[in-house]
Amino acid sequence: MKSSIVEPLPTDDDIITIDHVYKSFGKTKALIDVSLRVKRGEVCFIFGPSGGGKSTLLRCINHLEAPDSGSIIVDGIPVTEAKTNIDLVRAEVGIVFQLFNLFPHLTTLGNITVAQEKVRKRSKEEAERVAMELLERVGMPEKADAYPGQLSGGQKQRVAMARALAMNPKIMLFDEPTSALDAEMIKEVLDVMLDLAQEGMTMVVVSHEMGFAKAAADRMVFLDAGRIIEEATPQELFKNPKEERTKLFLSQILY
Amino acid sequence: MAIEREIERPQPKLIPWTAKLAQVPWWALIILLMGVFIAYFLFTSATYQDALQFLIAGVRLTILVSLISFGTALVVGLVVGLGRVSKNVVFYTLSSLYVEVVRGIPILVMLIYFAFVVTPLGVQFLNWLGTAMLQNLAIAPLVGLADSLANLHIQDVEMTVRAIIGLAFCYGAFEAEIFRAGIESIQRGQMEAARSLGMSYFEGMRYIILPQAIRTVLPPLGNDFIAILKDSSLISVLAVRELTHLGKLNRSRTFRTFETWNTVTFLYLVMTLTLSVVVKFIERRMAFEE
Repeated sequence: MKSSIVEPLPTDDDIITIDHVYKSFGKTKALIDVSLRVKRGEVCFIFGPSGGGKSTLLRCINHLEAPDSGSIIVDGIPVTEAKTNIDLVRAEVGIVFQLFNLFPHLTTLGNITVAQEKVRKRSKEEAERVAMELLERVGMPEKADAYPGQLSGGQKQRVAMARALAMNPKIMLFDEPTSALDAEMIKEVLDVMLDLAQEGMTMVVVSHEMGFAKAAADRMVFLDAGRIIEEATPQELFKNPKEERTKLFLSQILY
Repeated sequence: MAIEREIERPQPKLIPWTAKLAQVPWWALIILLMGVFIAYFLFTSATYQDALQFLIAGVRLTILVSLISFGTALVVGLVVGLGRVSKNVVFYTLSSLYVEVVRGIPILVMLIYFAFVVTPLGVQFLNWLGTAMLQNLAIAPLVGLADSLANLHIQDVEMTVRAIIGLAFCYGAFEAEIFRAGIESIQRGQMEAARSLGMSYFEGMRYIILPQAIRTVLPPLGNDFIAILKDSSLISVLAVRELTHLGKLNRSRTFRTFETWNTVTFLYLVMTLTLSVVVKFIERRMAFEE
């Protein structure tokens, strides 16, 4: 794929604009000239082999990793520029991690309220009301007073989603949200994600759950060895992938 | 074959009485016995009672010095510990410099250095500052302060104060390393989660990392409090009237060497063993909550 010399200007519809991003860790090149646009309300599904740079790309969006070069604009704010207050961007971008990263010293409720109170400056009552609504939504209001150590993997991940959603983010990022889960818990997490997608949340999902991609993704992006190999709708991509690499990868993971 | 093996299965044996005996914490019993022994003397012998009465003021000062210097060391340690994990080059460099220098100097030397080198220099600086203020400022409320600074005499700074500053300076470095280790023991994902919720680095530290780190850090901090209590005996070289110094004084006052040092040792052991029981209790509670 050759990028044209004149880049199309980002339209108002693009909530995430990634332009020519490079990132390497020592000698390993994690991202090589990656450019990607995500529209408002779009569900963008990123997949590919391990070590292909999927997580790195996702983490660059809220600046948990700083790209070596290139630019990333999130909702009009250039996150790659040094003068940007990154905390303001991050409050608008929720992220769900593979290993949940719940705060073990706080209860479920505490996990969901702490950032609301400290970052959004909501009152304790309001934060708890929002938290209970979200716990209701992810189907576990009875666990409000439980500590993360007392929850199953699937429950932890649902709390992690509630924690991110409590900030009323404009974008939700998912970094392999089901990879650390036992098989029977994957569905309860995907159900919540599907709900979100249908409500029109802008989502960037790094995952191997092809079923979810079929059901919810607007666009699929195949990332391998740090490069975007192919982008297409799920229908196109599953039916006739253009690139050999994509074909090979899909044939390896699909039964 | 299978049946034979079934029969040959070893019968569970009773635990032999020798093994049970080995599980008794004999050391604690021996300490207790020695304590009772010395306590008996303390209550019956006039010499011991005299020594105890003379020394008890020293116990008070030992505890006071330990508490104040340890409290200060905790504050210093927390700040420097944060510096040791900081990405800010200046903050990190200053913190590391402090820790490495202090850890390389014997506490006794450091105490003498603070009492007889740093304090005189500090007083000279304050004198200079006060004089400069008097010459250049004519603001009413500051004149009193400037005057007292200009006329501060080296002997106005009590040895106890110098000792406390010296101890706090030494232990600040030790506590800093404990805090650093505690902070580093928390998974990287915790700070990432905090930051991606929009918290600043310091909010993440304050609300997410430190509350978790404090659990791992509490037992070693407790041990260091016991250590500072013991090391406070070193300030006897500055003639601060804490327990060890009063022990020396009592010996020269009464020429009762055995009784004096038995009592001093006993008093230290009572303090440290009580504290170590408290630390063990905290340790167990922390482990339980995990």
